[in-house]
Amino acid sequence: MKTFKLGGVHPAANKLSAGAPIQVAAVPDMVAIPMAQNLGAPSKAIVAKGDKVKVGTVIGEPGGFLSSFVHSSVSGTVDKVDVVEDATGKKVPAVFIKVEGDEWEETIDRSKDIVRDIKLDKQQIIDKVKEMGIVGMGGATFPTQVKLTPPPTAKPECVIINAVECEPYLTSDHSLMLAHAEEICIGVQILEKAMGVKKAYIGIEANKPDAIELMRKTAANGFPEIEIVPLQLKYPQGGEKQLINAVIGKEVPSGGLPIATGALVQNVGTAFAVYEAVQKNKPLIERIVTVTGKSVAKPGNFLTRIGVPVANLIEAVGGVPEDTGKIISGGPMMGKAMPDTNSYVVKGCSGILIMKNAEARRKEAGPCIRCGKCVHACPMGLQPNFLARYSELNLLDEAEEERIYDCIECGSCQFSCPANRPLLDWIRQGKPKVMGILRQRAAEAKAKADAEKAAKEAAAAK
Amino acid sequence: MTNEILIALGALGALGLLASLLLCLVAKKFNVFEDPRVGQVEEVLPGANCGGCGFPGCHGMADACVKAKDAANSLEGLLCPVGGNEVMGKVAGILGLEAGAAEPKVAVVRCNGNICARPKVAVFDGAKSCAVAAATFAGETGCAFGCLGLGDCVKACQFDAIRINPETGLPEVDEEKCVACGACAKACPKFVIELRKKSAMKSPMPKRVWVDCINKDKGAAARKACQNACIGCGKCQKVCKFEAITVENNVAFIDNEKCKACGMCVSECPTGAIHATEPVMIVVEKLKAKKEAEKKAAAEAAAAAKAAAEAAPKAEAAPQTEAPKAGE
Repeated sequence: MKTFKLGGVHPAANKLSAGAPIQVAAVPDMVAIPMAQNLGAPSKAIVAKGDKVKVGTVIGEPGGFLSSFVHSSVSGTVDKVDVVEDATGKKVPAVFIKVEGDEWEETIDRSKDIVRDIKLDKQQIIDKVKEMGIVGMGGATFPTQVKLTPPPTAKPECVIINAVECEPYLTSDHSLMLAHAEEICIGVQILEKAMGVKKAYIGIEANKPDAIELMRKTAANGFPEIEIVPLQLKYPQGGEKQLINAVIGKEVPSGGLPIATGALVQNVGTAFAVYEAVQKNKPLIERIVTVTGKSVAKPGNFLTRIGVPVANLIEAVGGVPEDTGKIISGGPMMGKAMPDTNSYVVKGCSGILIMKNAEARRKEAGPCIRCGKCVHACPMGLQPNFLARYSELNLLDEAEEERIYDCIECGSCQFSCPANRPLLDWIRQGKPKVMGILRQRAAEAKAKADAEKAAKEAAAAK
Repeated sequence: MTNEILIALGALGALGLLASLLLCLVAKKFNVFEDPRVGQVEEVLPGANCGGCGFPGCHGMADACVKAKDAANSLEGLLCPVGGNEVMGKVAGILGLEAGAAEPKVAVVRCNGNICARPKVAVFDGAKSCAVAAATFAGETGCAFGCLGLGDCVKACQFDAIRINPETGLPEVDEEKCVACGACAKACPKFVIELRKKSAMKSPMPKRVWVDCINKDKGAAARKACQNACIGCGKCQKVCKFEAITVENNVAFIDNEKCKACGMCVSECPTGAIHATEPVMIVVEKLKAKKEAEKKAAAEAAAAAKAAAEAAPKAEAAPQTEAPKAGE
């Protein structure tokens, strides 16, 4: 079975909610839809207090190039435009909507029929994806339309669908595949059309044999260009660069974009959202959220409207258990610990993980014993021990030399460290600083080149 | 024998001459001119290379001083926070300028969310650094703006002038040691530390008043997170006679330049968010006592008036003369 070449770790899978059917979470009386749900610039709210909205009404416009539309997930009246806490407790602007009934926009096709014919052409698909506010559903929430328009120099060859779900505990992608295999395959075809390619792979880790089998069966039934690739269990296989390496054996060049290998990677949830957007005209207003944890009585997968309070979802599995040490938005490896449960479900929220006190706290950090486990674990071939130290001491030149900008922040180093050193904490400090220097340098070089070019042209004109 | 010695001497001498000639030429050709004044200025600077002046070390500062003299014929905007006015006076002397008197500054921590006032709602057990904590989440308390208490400012200080008080969990500045280089202010990811004038007026006593909070949340949310928070009520703004206070984004700010350290705002603040140094507090105590007395008098006067109104039908003139007396 295939997997990526370098590094990786094996955290206990703990897929407690695997196989649990998708439950529909109740719509509360009031939702708060944050305006910062995507990577890049936050969206701008375009509704005001008292406005009537339906399910699917646009309530937020992109605030820049790297941004996306936000739609109302409920029908009702806008109560206020205020701030809410995001998963990390930071304040972000949000639209509060008082729920009245469940009236959908007429343009949305709510029938259960599966639409196979893709009528839109390449550009129309990309426009539709933008209009429907689709972002990467794996957790990074990169606006999908931007990813579907790679730089003109790129030569796309295939689409790779990320159905790995290598984060322990999470099962939202797994349950989605079991419930909507055919829709996902059509979504993949739409992505192929948008990229102008004729080949697609769906990478699934081997701990989901039912999903592999079902997807294989579905793909055999009318999707000959889709290949299902079972992958050996290893974290971080769901990392874009690792997945490309595992599936087609190519390596993304240091500092380069993944599209340089000819592969466009999209999450399986995104493929489904793209299907719904393009074929059913349905904006991204709901997603599947895994609510799980060892102390949770009935872990489950919930189809949840965007903007539902996180506390409601926890209530749906029986409330916060007594011996709770940490509640995480996302998985245990890359998720964010929430300071409280006052936040709301957003497009990138793949799971809510409740951890017991004993497993939640980090152990006391000791000195580095130079064992090299972090170097062995790093899937990018970096030396995390040095990177962390350079970041801590603000030695940015050295950090750049050691390619800190290639770090994917997967946390394998910190996971494998026997001295419990906060390696990733520090690397996350240095990385943006070095990236900033690189960007500034590139901008300066470009300005210089432009000036020289202008001077040359002026001289030629004379 | 003598011949050989002479040859050796001659050869070495010729070699030496040649080499010195070469060195002379090279020195001429590749000479980098540096204003001799830069060296002189650097001599009087403290040599701590702390960067508090905003230049990379003392040499950079000396260079900037000389350039400022040539360009604008003044040293305005340039200050060595370590050396202070004394050193700047010497620098001005070397450059043949009048020494301007910049007022000494001090680092002020603008957060009073101590352990009692701002209970923890979460625990952070990552790397012990404010920068890391600030990048990870909003903070251990309900306040997303205040001090994180992990001591990046302490690490940044080269003068041992700031330390975390374990009782309050907040940094404290040692006024004697602080040279206002601003390293702590730069190190703080929450921008809690500000450089303020040591004294609002040019008095030898450290008289300064500042709002000890930067929470931009609305009043209710701020108060819920921290008892000592500024709730942006604007009472201080109304009471200030010098228009030194502005309330923006639900938090008050006192302008250093306009503040006369009268202490009115301190006595007015309902949450105790405005703090002042010892000499000002003496005045504030008096103001507060006066206000208390006034309040008491007003209450007594009201009570007396009420009693008078009740007693009016019976006897008219008697109680009215007593009421103001009670007020005094």
